[in-house]
Amino acid sequence: MKSWFQSKSINTPSPVGAVLSYLMLGVWAFLILFPLYWLVITSFKISSQVAEGPFYIPFVDFKPTLDAWKYILVGDLSKDTLRNFGNTIIVAPVSALLALIFGATAAYALVRFEYRPRVGAILTFIGCVGLSIVIITLGVPWQIALAVSAAIFFILLQTIGRRFKRELGNNDIAFWMISQRMLPPVAVVIPIYILFQRLHLLDTYTALIITYVTSNLPIVIWLMRDYISTIPIELEECASIDGASRYRIFWSIVLPLAIPGLVATFLFVLVFTWNEYLLALFLSSAKVQTLPLTIAAQNATRGPQWWNMSVLILIMIVPVIVIAIILERYITRGLLIGAVKG
Amino acid sequence: MNILPQGPTRIGLGLEPTSYQIMNTEPEESQPSRFNGAISTLIDRLAGSVFIMPTVLALLFLSIFPLIGSLYVSLAKFDIAKGGYKLTFVGLGNYKKLFVGSEGDHFLGKFAPSTPLTWVVFGLVVIALAVFLARYLLSVKVSTGGLIGRVLLTLGSGMLTWMLVHTLWNGGRLGTASVTLVYVFVGIFFQYTLGLSLAMLTVQNLPGRRFFRVIFLLPMMITPVGVAYMFRMLTDTSKGPFTPIWESLGLINFSWVNNAWGARTAILIGDIWQWTPFMFIVLVAALESQPIEPIEAATVDGANSWQIFRYITWPAILPVTMTLMLIRLIEAFKIVDLPNVMTNGGPGTATQSLTYHAYINWRALNIGGSAAVAYMLLFLVTFFAMIFVNLIRQRTVETL
Repeated sequence: MKSWFQSKSINTPSPVGAVLSYLMLGVWAFLILFPLYWLVITSFKISSQVAEGPFYIPFVDFKPTLDAWKYILVGDLSKDTLRNFGNTIIVAPVSALLALIFGATAAYALVRFEYRPRVGAILTFIGCVGLSIVIITLGVPWQIALAVSAAIFFILLQTIGRRFKRELGNNDIAFWMISQRMLPPVAVVIPIYILFQRLHLLDTYTALIITYVTSNLPIVIWLMRDYISTIPIELEECASIDGASRYRIFWSIVLPLAIPGLVATFLFVLVFTWNEYLLALFLSSAKVQTLPLTIAAQNATRGPQWWNMSVLILIMIVPVIVIAIILERYITRGLLIGAVKG
Repeated sequence: MNILPQGPTRIGLGLEPTSYQIMNTEPEESQPSRFNGAISTLIDRLAGSVFIMPTVLALLFLSIFPLIGSLYVSLAKFDIAKGGYKLTFVGLGNYKKLFVGSEGDHFLGKFAPSTPLTWVVFGLVVIALAVFLARYLLSVKVSTGGLIGRVLLTLGSGMLTWMLVHTLWNGGRLGTASVTLVYVFVGIFFQYTLGLSLAMLTVQNLPGRRFFRVIFLLPMMITPVGVAYMFRMLTDTSKGPFTPIWESLGLINFSWVNNAWGARTAILIGDIWQWTPFMFIVLVAALESQPIEPIEAATVDGANSWQIFRYITWPAILPVTMTLMLIRLIEAFKIVDLPNVMTNGGPGTATQSLTYHAYINWRALNIGGSAAVAYMLLFLVTFFAMIFVNLIRQRTVETL
């Protein structure tokens, strides 16, 4: 009797605990899967079957058809869908990977180095950016305006900027970075649109990727900062004593040990970029449209085309699920600890 | 102590690291002298800058301009003119409209007259804030920055309380600002508790846990627009899957869309469904990378599972928890797809969030008003993020 409540090892629950765990996991799994099940059966319905009330089980309640799937994959919409699918497949992983690379290095730097940007220098910089914007709006070509403000910036930096000695720390830098995500996309989308219009980059992969990388960098940095700070510093000290350079330490010690965190973070950023809607709406017009736009477009004048939407949503999840299944095993009890004995 | 000379050699923005000592939470233990023979080459000296500069430049490139640009737009009136658009500077006009003008009801809510109850609640909060300030003033380490921060916090919380007590009951109506706060705090609370419980369950050595993990990740992978449409299907009282339940409750003709709190609850359920996986997966990774030895030692010493959680696991996942909360805090303030698709912001304006408010203004070509709402949102997020980072995060992480 007692053994029912006793766990065999630290990480293995007792039999009763295991049953309770499965029960709770099962309930949540049901709550997750039921809406998805509804999505799947809706994708096999036609409009009258949706309109006439709830039908639950295919072949019993209603006769499933492949109409919506045909419409999306081989019919009228197939050209758009496949092109946008291809765009999403290019843009999302590339952005996620770049954000991960830059973000992880920056996170490492924020954990292990000490930076002291000076308030004076920052204020001078902001002033000069403001100045250049004013000059540009007055009608001066932007190349000249930028050159002038850069010159003024360096002059001021060497003179006035040095007088304000107050310094900020790493936490202030990190907070500045995360604060870049605070403005809602609705507010920043018009300036970004104008920016890329001036650079003649609208409707290109470059514009989308640049925007996605920058908008996701803060998240990568904040998540990776926590993972990296849990890596014992002694390992790096030992490597350093053995003569390894900073880059070597980062590449061969920090990165391998941070793999669980890297994988989890990559997954998020991939998901965020994969599903991003508003920025894509503005920055792409025809060539580089992504799939979320196709989904939103199914809310036509005749009302939402639920069956088409369901198909598109399902098509969109599949690749991410595949990647998640492949990567999931890396998010596992890390290399730091070694094998767990049962 | 430092390997690089400080001061005169510094150039540029000051983003070069001034000291190469590896940072450590306990300064007395960090002995950079161990590094003596290590860092010699110039390229290695630049490592600190090389690591962080790409990020800083990228953020500067794509953040300063939109930030200043939309600030200017929020101070202007946008008109379609011949061959494009025209911006007329109107000063704080757009903001004034939000607080005392035509959009006041929409943004702040409809204020009900004060009653004894509102005075009691408001009074209690004011007393609590006064105690908080007094305790800080009587403490040993009072600094100007800390004092200013706390005074701002007190004023801000006081005003928010005043707004909430007058709009929550007695026929008051919540404005978009309060609705957003409801979404953010209720949503984060449930997402975190659910995410943590599920993460604790799936790090146990159970057969099939990897299956559950992948299942639990699914909601996050659906595009937010898709989730919103899916929940609109599910919550439909006459064609959705729960129709028999509504019927048996006699609610078939009662549309939750007509009930303000019903509609908000539906949106919150959608939000919790979608974002619990985010909390879940980060917490799983955090729990997995936690060293096993302290737990083994504690078990040998006879600690029970609550004690192990409270004194070993919780401190270990606290930093990640704080980061998660901050990220979700910032992201949750931007909720827009669910209210837009599920309820169109209705009934009335009951489910509109601030971003949705900005979006409506923007759709009506009131670009200036839209940017002003967005900036108010920025102030709100900054306010809560500052409180979070400066008071809660530092305190909890530092006291470990």
